Amino acid sequence: MFGTLNTSRAGLFDEIRRMEREMNQLFGGSPWPNSIRAVAGGTYPPINIGSTPEQVDVYLFAAGLNPETLDISIQQNLLTVAGDRKLQVEAGADYYRKERHDGGFRRVVTLPEDVDPDQVEASYRDGVLHVMIKRRESTRPRQITVK
Amino acid sequence: MTETKDVSRQQAGVAQDVKQQEQAILPAVDIFENESGITVQADMPGVSRDRLEVHIDSDTLAIEGLADIPMPEAMDAIYADIRSKRYQRSFSLSRELDAERIEASLKDGVLTLHIPRREEHKPRRIEVQTG
Repeated sequence: MFGTLNTSRAGLFDEIRRMEREMNQLFGGSPWPNSIRAVAGGTYPPINIGSTPEQVDVYLFAAGLNPETLDISIQQNLLTVAGDRKLQVEAGADYYRKERHDGGFRRVVTLPEDVDPDQVEASYRDGVLHVMIKRRESTRPRQITVK
Repeated sequence: MTETKDVSRQQAGVAQDVKQQEQAILPAVDIFENESGITVQADMPGVSRDRLEVHIDSDTLAIEGLADIPMPEAMDAIYADIRSKRYQRSFSLSRELDAERIEASLKDGVLTLHIPRREEHKPRRIEVQTG
């Protein structure tokens, strides 16, 4: 591999990350098929999705947002969250690191088929957006008696 | 067949728990410097003020936070980008920074630290005398 000029300054962890990037380029990520809407790791904002028999919970780890600027929409079982995070850039300052996401983002999530798009609630606290989608009553397991 | 699946899933769950204890998330940071000092901004979504710690040990600045996310009981994870609740990152400071006067604030999961320069290290303009 080619050497980089500033390895000693960036530190060991940056070097490990660089190697990881190069490995991903070489081997093209995982050999298993991904979901067609899957995005590369490190996409902003990170998302966790959890499910219970009653509802599906989506957590977006999006710090420093104005929740009023968020655009959350749901179409059948497709949840879209779009927004814009404008970071204030300090004029005349020297930047050493700029790792935080700056600008617009949009993430689309495929939810389980039985969610009810009419029963969605969203809240924002400490930089985490929590979207709760209830599942449809009719798809919950029920007992069928044989006549 | 269902049984085998369940067992393997349980094992994966345990392995993940152990991993969670060990690995901390490296929060994304912006660091910039101007005449007054250095400012660090770190994204730590889910961390509230009482679960955040900023340590200074001689010349090392350490940031540590624990995310508190309300989750329903018996929730199955379908998908997870974030696999830990702990954020941790540390930096070494240089001597001209005044670690005793660090100011910290936390808003919507963004930690802002301002580390001022010591007075005697603030840039001065040096007049050139003629004559």
